[in-house]
Amino acid sequence: MKKTIVGVLAATLLMTSACSSSDDDATTGSSAKPGEKVELTYWTWAPNMDKVVEGWNTAHPDIHVTVNKQDGGDPAVTKLLTAIKAGSGAPDVMQAEYQKIPTLVSANALADIAKESGSLKSKFPDSAWNAVTLGGEALYGVPQDSGPMMFYYRTDVFEKLGLQAPKTWDDYAAAARKIHAANKKQYLGTFSATDAGWFAGLSQQAGASWWGINGDTWSVAINDAATQKVAGYWGGLVQEGVIDNKPMYTPEWNAALNDGTQVGWTSSVWGPGVLEGNAASTKGKWKATLLPQWDAASPANGNWGGSATSVTTQSKHKAEAAQFIAWLNTDPAGIKALAGTANVYPASVDSSAALTTPPAFLSNQPDFYTVAAEAAKITKPFTYGPNVNVAYSSYNDAFGKAATSKKAADFTAALTTMQSTTVDDMKNTGFKVAG
Amino acid sequence: MSALPTSSRTPRTATRRGGRAAAPYSFLAPALILFVAFLAAPIVYAGYLSLRRVKVSGLGLGAGARTEIWAGLSNYSRSLADPDFMPSVYRIGAYGLIVVPTMLGLALLMALLLDAGRTRVGTFSRTAIFLPYAVPAVISSLLWGFLYLPRVSPFTDLVQGLGFTPPDVLSGSWVLWAVANIAVWGGTGFNMIVIYTALRAIPTDLFEAARLDGASDRQIAWRIKIPIVLPSLIMTFVFSLIATLQVFAEPMTLKPLSNTISSTWTPLMKVYRDAFVRNDIYSAAATSVIIAVATFAVSFGFLKLVGNRAFNQED
Repeated sequence: MKKTIVGVLAATLLMTSACSSSDDDATTGSSAKPGEKVELTYWTWAPNMDKVVEGWNTAHPDIHVTVNKQDGGDPAVTKLLTAIKAGSGAPDVMQAEYQKIPTLVSANALADIAKESGSLKSKFPDSAWNAVTLGGEALYGVPQDSGPMMFYYRTDVFEKLGLQAPKTWDDYAAAARKIHAANKKQYLGTFSATDAGWFAGLSQQAGASWWGINGDTWSVAINDAATQKVAGYWGGLVQEGVIDNKPMYTPEWNAALNDGTQVGWTSSVWGPGVLEGNAASTKGKWKATLLPQWDAASPANGNWGGSATSVTTQSKHKAEAAQFIAWLNTDPAGIKALAGTANVYPASVDSSAALTTPPAFLSNQPDFYTVAAEAAKITKPFTYGPNVNVAYSSYNDAFGKAATSKKAADFTAALTTMQSTTVDDMKNTGFKVAG
Repeated sequence: MSALPTSSRTPRTATRRGGRAAAPYSFLAPALILFVAFLAAPIVYAGYLSLRRVKVSGLGLGAGARTEIWAGLSNYSRSLADPDFMPSVYRIGAYGLIVVPTMLGLALLMALLLDAGRTRVGTFSRTAIFLPYAVPAVISSLLWGFLYLPRVSPFTDLVQGLGFTPPDVLSGSWVLWAVANIAVWGGTGFNMIVIYTALRAIPTDLFEAARLDGASDRQIAWRIKIPIVLPSLIMTFVFSLIATLQVFAEPMTLKPLSNTISSTWTPLMKVYRDAFVRNDIYSAAATSVIIAVATFAVSFGFLKLVGNRAFNQED
């Protein structure tokens, strides 16, 4: 009996000392001795990433990466934050959506790899690089994929009504009216109160940046003029009844895309994959174009989706992890695998070589990736804050009410709710917030 | 181990008594350990967390920007003052007023019918009524969600065929009924079985005597059966009450399908949002403690109110 207790105590002591020594290693970058094989774990939810990583493992026998498939961006963040709080269990490398990076940095979950990977800046568009540096000197990941917004529409419906692809948001509104007038059941789109990322992208295009850093103070501008313009515009269309008010990504919405009730979608570069799954019977009838513009003379765009590859603070092999991340996101072989095998749109500026044939669902549009590259180039910078989750869940609730009431005034009022909820939460936690 | 007899003179009974005294504890140990590890300790930890909070300094970025500090009771006052909290409490109040009487009424009615019939159809109907209880709440909510959405629901065509416009059951005034319907569908079978089992335990000579006195089936049900199964009714009522206070899976699953279910639709959904969407486990812990205390107060208060009378009747 006594012996077991002593044994357990000894084991515990060993474990604690092992843990504390690993902390020391964490600060020095790597604990690997020369010639020793390093094992890295990588949490990601992109499809087929295990096959992408095989390419790295074959070429780099001394640094072995194991993919641990995650359910998606939100559950992965919850798991990572739990592991960080527990002090162990985090992976070495982690896929992190751009809007989650400030939250993760604030929880001290992501390591600063500026020393290891800072020289990669020129390989990425400014908007993506800004998202991983938060506008400062530190580097919290390397951009992996990006989601420049694009507009998808049914060419057959547009042709029948003699409509052109909308160049401006005024064109879009006119087309929405004409389509709904011709067929009361048809809509050019829907205002989705469950997709805050979609609305953030539309606001980004209009010139909004919901958060900002000024010295050691945060600013919150969810209720700014640009976002108000976007909210008022969509609220007006919903009030008029020419745009639907039901959420996206429901069985109802899938059916509407498939049976021709929804004939347009303001989406992102990954849209064809979703359409292929939801509206397979409409293949060949869709076309992608740039998002309609507020000012056709100076085209702009927003992002919906996209993520970086980051190193966690618990990793004992930060240097090796950074090496793998650089390969994945900047090496031609890595970019090719990301685009061709994982089916993401690589964030790197060199991705055009890997993207020659259009997605299968839009095989009728050979210039798909030329349009996508244009969309990515004009994407405006946008800074996310440390409590994006609070703002987004407030979006769901406030805009859910507005979409139900179908009054344009409620849409702009919902922004006031989002702004105050977000600022109150930051002040309450102790963040320095201007205003 | 030192209790082992060292000399032959040590009375054997002492050893045996020592062994006997330890025996119950070793039998209890697995249950106790599980109880402490998975119930008592988490409750204590939640209570501790509810008194803590995170304090961030400056931009809150990087190492050391976050510290955990004592919060006193501020998490509790914030929870109660949250403009979304009390509406969610009133909402489950209205929800309970729909669910509990409907579900228990149906369960009692079906139990009485099955008990009165006692036919071969009985076994089949009993299983059929009980079956929804075996379907997990998330699955049944998904099933009903598909039936509620106009474009994918088979009912839409049916109702339209009859010349009516079907209402959107996930819109404002209907959504409470839509969620309540799922709970009634899933819970009636379980309560029916509990009441039915109690009915089957009633000695038949009671009914025979009543029948000889000229009592009808309805009178037997009303005057004999229901008073005798009252304890079961009270038990199912308390279970339903607790389930109402903790309603979570159904609205959570329906939420992405509709604009009308907010992230704080029920008190437990607020706990979930605070803990896993806002990463604020401290105020989530405070709200959980409030819900737990309220659940205890309501269920024990009710039992105290009716319990003594109801349960003493049997003796």
